[in-house]
Amino acid sequence: MPRLSADRLHTVSFTLNGAPVSGAAEPRMLLTDFLRHVIGATGTHVGCEHGVCGACTVEIDGAPARACLTLAVQAQGAEIRTVEGLESSPGHLSALQESFREHHALQCGFCTPGILISLSALLRDSPEASEQEIRETLAGHLCRCTGYVPIVTAALAAQRRLRKAKGSADA
Amino acid sequence: MKPAAFDYVRAATPEEALEVLDQEGGDARILAGGQSLLPMLNMRLARPHVLVDIMAVAEWRELRDHAAGLRIGAAVRQAALERLDDLPRSQPLLAAALPWVGHAQTRSRGTVCGSVAHADPSAELPLVLVALGGEVHLRSRRRARRVPAEAFFTGMMATSRADEEIVEAVSLPARRPGAGYAFREVARRHGDFAIIACAAVVDGSGARLAVGGVADRPVARNLPAPDAKELTEALDDFAWDLDARDDLHATARYRRELVRRLGRKVIEEAARCHA
Repeated sequence: MPRLSADRLHTVSFTLNGAPVSGAAEPRMLLTDFLRHVIGATGTHVGCEHGVCGACTVEIDGAPARACLTLAVQAQGAEIRTVEGLESSPGHLSALQESFREHHALQCGFCTPGILISLSALLRDSPEASEQEIRETLAGHLCRCTGYVPIVTAALAAQRRLRKAKGSADA
Repeated sequence: MKPAAFDYVRAATPEEALEVLDQEGGDARILAGGQSLLPMLNMRLARPHVLVDIMAVAEWRELRDHAAGLRIGAAVRQAALERLDDLPRSQPLLAAALPWVGHAQTRSRGTVCGSVAHADPSAELPLVLVALGGEVHLRSRRRARRVPAEAFFTGMMATSRADEEIVEAVSLPARRPGAGYAFREVARRHGDFAIIACAAVVDGSGARLAVGGVADRPVARNLPAPDAKELTEALDDFAWDLDARDDLHATARYRRELVRRLGRKVIEEAARCHA
């Protein structure tokens, strides 16, 4: 049975936004710190470090989760998606990101990467999500700037945008 | 806000996990979804020497819904239960309480047994277990035993689990025909810890009300039927007996008032489902 020693570095490998990544971590290293300091992917933000604020939310194997409540070694072999993986093509914002820009759904931007991950998963998995479901998803995040209303507006606008894009693709 | 150092073991079988617990006892902690343990590690409220990750143990991923009830293995995530289409029919109380457990972003990783083992007095899953009279399945290298939920929770984050034991599974009795179930909670924000949570089971013979977030553990009591005159007095007694305390979130008096009002509301709601 593999036992990773506390005082050694161990190789951790997973898929980050579709590309394989690998680095060295002590067992106690959080996924947030691994992403930011070992891989250099600083898009994921670190807020409360006990699962309350939602700033560090990333997708692990297809579902939004707190990177600060996940050890790097637990992510071995997983599929991780972060805010860096959201753009539709290099240099082009996703429909959700574009709607955030248009509707002023961010001010300081600290909470934004986590919120984008949660909402993009919601709009992908439940394209017909109601405003109530959008608000329930947002309950897992703290934003101290916007008062949330512009974020809800942006999510609904992104939903319309995605529906329209799908409609023209189907036609 | 970083954990202290620990060794990390990835167990592939129950025997491997139990062997570590047997050797290291209280210095070892089981790591399942990590949604209760990681905050404790980050804040250094817990400083185990070794973590045993059990999520690769196939036997503990078992989620079995059979005639006698639902058995949920130690590695079953809360989100996996939410995805069971049949849950509102087979386990209506559990289905009503699940959306209140943390946030979708923590249910994706958190396990049912982990929440039960953590035994936060305001947590929803221990409350459901106590309300329904469920059982906690404990296992060590030497023995396996089953403990009724009410005997398992012994205080604030305290349980009758011994250091060398793991919560291998929890089981809930099947829905009783003719019984109604309801769940309600008051919190500052959806997904926050409950100021008070109430679960009720009502059938022809009376009501059973379980209350979380008030005493140091979830507490259940059998009460008169919702249309009985004695219910008001019984709820008042229950509210006082729970020994509510003041804290940052609510006063003791507010909590007692919520036991009376929310308690009545869930009992009435459960009675309507039963009718």
